Amino acid sequence: MLTEIQKRLLAEVADLKAAPKGAYNIRSDGESAARNTTENINIVTKTDKPGIDIIIKPGTKGEDVHIPVIISRDGYQETVYNDFFIGEDADVTIIAGCGIHSTGCELTEHSGVHTFYVGKNAKVKYIEKHYGEGEGTGERVMNPSTVIVMEENSYMEMETAQIRGVDSTYRSTKATLGDKAVLKIGEKIMTHGRQSATTDFEVDLNGVDCGCHVVSRSVAKDDSKQLFISCMNGNNRCHGHTECDAIIMDNGNVAAVPKVNANNVEASLIHEAAIGKIAGEQLIKLMTLGLTEKEAEERIVNGFIS
Amino acid sequence: MLELQNISYNAEDENGKKEILKNVSLKVNDRFVAITGPNGSGKSTLAKVIAGIYTPSSGRIILDGEDITDLNITERARHGISFAFQQPVRFKGITVKDMIKMAANKEISVAQCCDYLSEVGLCARDYIDREINASLSGGELKRIEIAMIIARGTKLSIFDEPEAGIDLWSFNNLINVFEKMHEIIKGTILIISHQERILNIADKIIVVADGEIQNIGTRDEVLPDILSSAGTCHVLTDKM
Repeated sequence: MLTEIQKRLLAEVADLKAAPKGAYNIRSDGESAARNTTENINIVTKTDKPGIDIIIKPGTKGEDVHIPVIISRDGYQETVYNDFFIGEDADVTIIAGCGIHSTGCELTEHSGVHTFYVGKNAKVKYIEKHYGEGEGTGERVMNPSTVIVMEENSYMEMETAQIRGVDSTYRSTKATLGDKAVLKIGEKIMTHGRQSATTDFEVDLNGVDCGCHVVSRSVAKDDSKQLFISCMNGNNRCHGHTECDAIIMDNGNVAAVPKVNANNVEASLIHEAAIGKIAGEQLIKLMTLGLTEKEAEERIVNGFIS
Repeated sequence: MLELQNISYNAEDENGKKEILKNVSLKVNDRFVAITGPNGSGKSTLAKVIAGIYTPSSGRIILDGEDITDLNITERARHGISFAFQQPVRFKGITVKDMIKMAANKEISVAQCCDYLSEVGLCARDYIDREINASLSGGELKRIEIAMIIARGTKLSIFDEPEAGIDLWSFNNLINVFEKMHEIIKGTILIISHQERILNIADKIIVVADGEIQNIGTRDEVLPDILSSAGTCHVLTDKM
């Protein structure tokens, strides 16, 4: 039975009000609180370390997998290994996410290590939301690490969002792309207070005609700090594009460190980065529609990272 | 009625103080008023002073008997002033529908959105979910900017060079838009423009030159003077 706090965390990270349809595994304070498997999607607890294997049969179409993690015990720290085996020709959506509620002064931490093996011609949409809450002074830390291996002609879309309540994050994403594989990553981060967030992408574009697009939109408020690192290695005829777009407010700080590395004459790699405060004319425009300066600021920020 | 009393506006740059508006006084009570004049004459500054974007160095602004000089942009907007930018602003992540909704200041349906957008020749279906970002052309943005003013429907609507960046087809429709807008809103429409065809539909024309009002009057009084454009360089007119 889930408590009110646990239910709220689930709603925040997975938009879940009740048990989802299809396959799911709800992990709460280190235990599997609920699980369901389907004919096509199996979830198996790992025996050698904490975590699960999610096995999706070849040809599975239109199914969702929910694997939210919630932590409501102060000072709880864990590293969880989840491996996803996505069969050939499958077309699925995977919704992960982590919510921490802490009230004490101890550090609470979740580090999820997710590995995706995306089979030939398979399509995956992966959504991950991070959220923290609670009056506690203890730090809420999430260090997600994602490894993606994409086979020929596979497609993966990864959307990550961290809008509130996480004090410190180090996100590492490493991907290897085969022939004609396409990876799209969209990341949204907002930090405030004294929070810090680092994202680190490394993509090996190994296959012929493979492509990767990374779009990061972030807002750094108060005294928060963000670091965006990306390294794209073009090892074949391929396309790579990274875009880091950030709004800084108050004493916020954002640094972008791009590396585009073309090892093949047919590799086409682009990096764009724009960091700055909200444009004065944007505020003025919304104020001429009757919004106050504060309302205009909120509207612009919400639009930017929604 | 809008009244400007002895408005001056000074700007400072590296060469020191520059007087952009010099003691401008005028009353606007007509349905359709055009402000024209050479580039750099102070037209846009005048419009921005009325909208509250610039604070005048001296003088008062009265709207329907109320002194609004000390009101900020937001308060003036809420008092019934709308301002269409010469160069519309882009926003990442804010859709056309979001903007129209903010302009109308209420929840609106797709059908209502369609009413506003179709006035400026845009099909709502193609546009409402699009972001006001670099994917829209200058002309499209300009039309959306005008649709927002229609959605606001305030008693004073100011347009800063609405024709700039608009193609010929849209331009023909622009004239209709202004005429229809007045029918719907019944307020005063103040347009900064260089276009003879816009001046042609104005009830009153104000000519601004070098920060001062050079001429003011009805279309019939002012337009012939502008068209004969005394003082224009002959080398230029011969080439036109």
